[in-house]
Amino acid sequence: MTGKVILETKNLTKVYELGLFKKRSIIAVDNVSFNLNKKEIISLVGESGSGKTTIARIILKLLPPTDGKILYNGKDISEFKKKGDLINYWKNVQGIFQDPYAPFNLFYRVDRVFNIIFNLFEKAFSKEEKKKMIESSLEMVDLNPKEVLGKYPHQLSGGQRQRILIARSLIVNPEILLADEPTSMIDASTRVDVLKVFLNLREKQGLSIIFITHDVGLAYYISDRMLVMQKGQIVEEGEVEKIIANPKQEYTKKLLSSIPTLTKKWEFSEKNETC
Amino acid sequence: MVNYMPVLRAENIKAYYRLLDGDVKAVEDVTFNLEPSEILGIAGESGCGKSTLAVTLSTVILPPLKLISGRLITEDGRNIFELRERTLRREIRGKYLALIPQSAMNALNPTRKIKDLIIDAVKAHYPRMPKEEISKISMKQFAELDLPSRVLESYFFELSGGMKQRSVIAISSLLNPKVLIADEPTAALDVSTQKTVLNLLVSLRKRGIVQSIMFITHDIAVLRQIADRIIVMYAGMIVEIGSMEDVVFRPLHPYTQGLISTVIVPEPDIKEKVLMGIPGAPPNLKNPPLGCRFHPRCKSAILKCEEEFPPLVSKNGRMVRCWNYA
Repeated sequence: MTGKVILETKNLTKVYELGLFKKRSIIAVDNVSFNLNKKEIISLVGESGSGKTTIARIILKLLPPTDGKILYNGKDISEFKKKGDLINYWKNVQGIFQDPYAPFNLFYRVDRVFNIIFNLFEKAFSKEEKKKMIESSLEMVDLNPKEVLGKYPHQLSGGQRQRILIARSLIVNPEILLADEPTSMIDASTRVDVLKVFLNLREKQGLSIIFITHDVGLAYYISDRMLVMQKGQIVEEGEVEKIIANPKQEYTKKLLSSIPTLTKKWEFSEKNETC
Repeated sequence: MVNYMPVLRAENIKAYYRLLDGDVKAVEDVTFNLEPSEILGIAGESGCGKSTLAVTLSTVILPPLKLISGRLITEDGRNIFELRERTLRREIRGKYLALIPQSAMNALNPTRKIKDLIIDAVKAHYPRMPKEEISKISMKQFAELDLPSRVLESYFFELSGGMKQRSVIAISSLLNPKVLIADEPTAALDVSTQKTVLNLLVSLRKRGIVQSIMFITHDIAVLRQIADRIIVMYAGMIVEIGSMEDVVFRPLHPYTQGLISTVIVPEPDIKEKVLMGIPGAPPNLKNPPLGCRFHPRCKSAILKCEEEFPPLVSKNGRMVRCWNYA
C-alpha cells in the first residue's frame, strides 16, 4: 500500500532559549528521526509539551531546527531559500491546524480564505477557473459547494469549517498534508466526517499525511504507523496494531491505560497521586 | 422509601438568553433528579445547553441569561429559585451546591496566593470566621485529598494544569456542599492528568465530602469511567436519561445512538467498525426546528417529529424523548 520515502527527518533537534540575562534552554525536540512514505498516514502521539507541534512547525519551515535536517524527496529543505524553491515546497507540503475558527474573519464570507492560496501559483487564474478549482476541491472533502460558499463563518459547524480549510490546502495539489490536532476542537458527531476525508484523500489522491494528536484512539483509527513522543524524544515507533496490542515502553503503557474506553471501567485508587 | 427526597430535583427548567433580536432557547424543559451519593453525567456537544444548565442550577443567573420557568427543589423541599439573594449566599451557594465553572483554573487571580483566595471565598459565607481557622480548614481539606500543603502557599501560575484543577476542586468543596457541579473539569488536560482529576472527584464522594456530583462533559468515554447515570442533551433538551451501561450499550434515542457510535477508542475492533457520525450540524437555538429539535438530522424521523415537541417518556426503566417510543 505504501511506497517510497518522500519525507525524512534526520536527528532533528530544537532547543528554545529563554531569558535575557539568565539563559535557560528547553529541549523541545531531541534527536528525532523518522520517515514518511508515499500514501502513508503516520501519527505523532504524545502529551502536551512533548514537542509534536514543534516538529510540525519545523517541517512546514515556520521554524528553523537547531540541529538535524529534513529531506524532502532527497533534498535538504534548509537549502530552499529562493522564493521559487520555497513556493514549490509549500505547494507540496501543506498544514492544517487545530483551530477551525481562527482562520476565518467573521465579517466576511468564507470564500475569502481561498484568496491567498492562489498566490502559490505562478500562473494567474481567471475568476471562473478559480471558482472551478474551489468547487472541485470542496467536493473532494464531501462538501456541497452550493451549501457552503457565500455563507458566513458562524453559519457553518466546526467540522464544515475544518473541511473548508482542508479543501483550501488541496487546491495546490500537495503531496504531504500535515494535520496538527485537526479534530480536537470539533464536536464528536462532526469529527467523523473530517477523519473520513483524510482517509479518502489517501485512497483517492495518494496523499501522505502526518497526523499529530494527543488522542491515541484517534491515532489508532486513522494511521498506519504511530510514533509515541515523550519530552521531545520518540520513545516508541511501529505499526499501530502492534503498539496497541503490545506496548513495549512503560510510557506507552501508561498512556494507553489512562485512556478512557467504553467497555472497560477503571478501578480508582484509594489514594490520590501527589505529583 | 418513606420521606425519600432526591438531593436536587429540577422541574421543567427553561432558561433563555434574552437578546435584542430574539431569545436563544438554550435550556428547554429540563427535568431530572439527582439521587443521593450518585455521580450524574451530563453529555452533549458544544452548544447543547449543558453549560447553561450548570450556570442555571448554580443560581448565579446573570443577564442576558434569564430563567423563564422551572423549580429547583432541595432535599428539605425548598425551591431554590424562590429564595432571596441573602439566603442564597448564606445557605445555598458553596454550602448546598457548588459549581466548578468551565476553565475555572484559567480565571484565577495570578497576584494572590491560593490561601488568600480561600480566605476570600470562605469569608463570603462566614464573615466572622478568623483567618487562622480558615487556614486550618483548608490545610485539613488539602491533606484529606492528598494534595501537598505547599500548594496553599503558591500562586496559581506556579502549578501544573492538573494541580490547578485539583486545587480548584478542593476549594469549591471546602464547605462540604451536598452537590458539586463540575463543568468540563478535564477539558484541556492530558490523559494522565485527567485520570488524577477523575480520581479526586471519586474520592470526594467516597470520603463523604460531597454527596452527589454532576459531571458535565462532551466526552462519553470519560463519563463511562465515573458516572452512575447519564443525561444526554441535544439542542437544549434532554433526549435520554438512563444508567450508564444501558445508555452506552443499548442507546434508545437516535441522537444517543449516533453519539455513541462516534466514540473512538484504541480497541482492536474500532477499525472494523464503520463510524457513522451524524449528518448535518446542530441547530441555531435562536430559531430551533419546530417539533423535535433533532428531526432534521434524524434517520428515523416520522411526520409527527416535525410537528410536535416530544415528551420525555419512560421506557425500559429509562427516560427518552422521542416520538418513536412515545
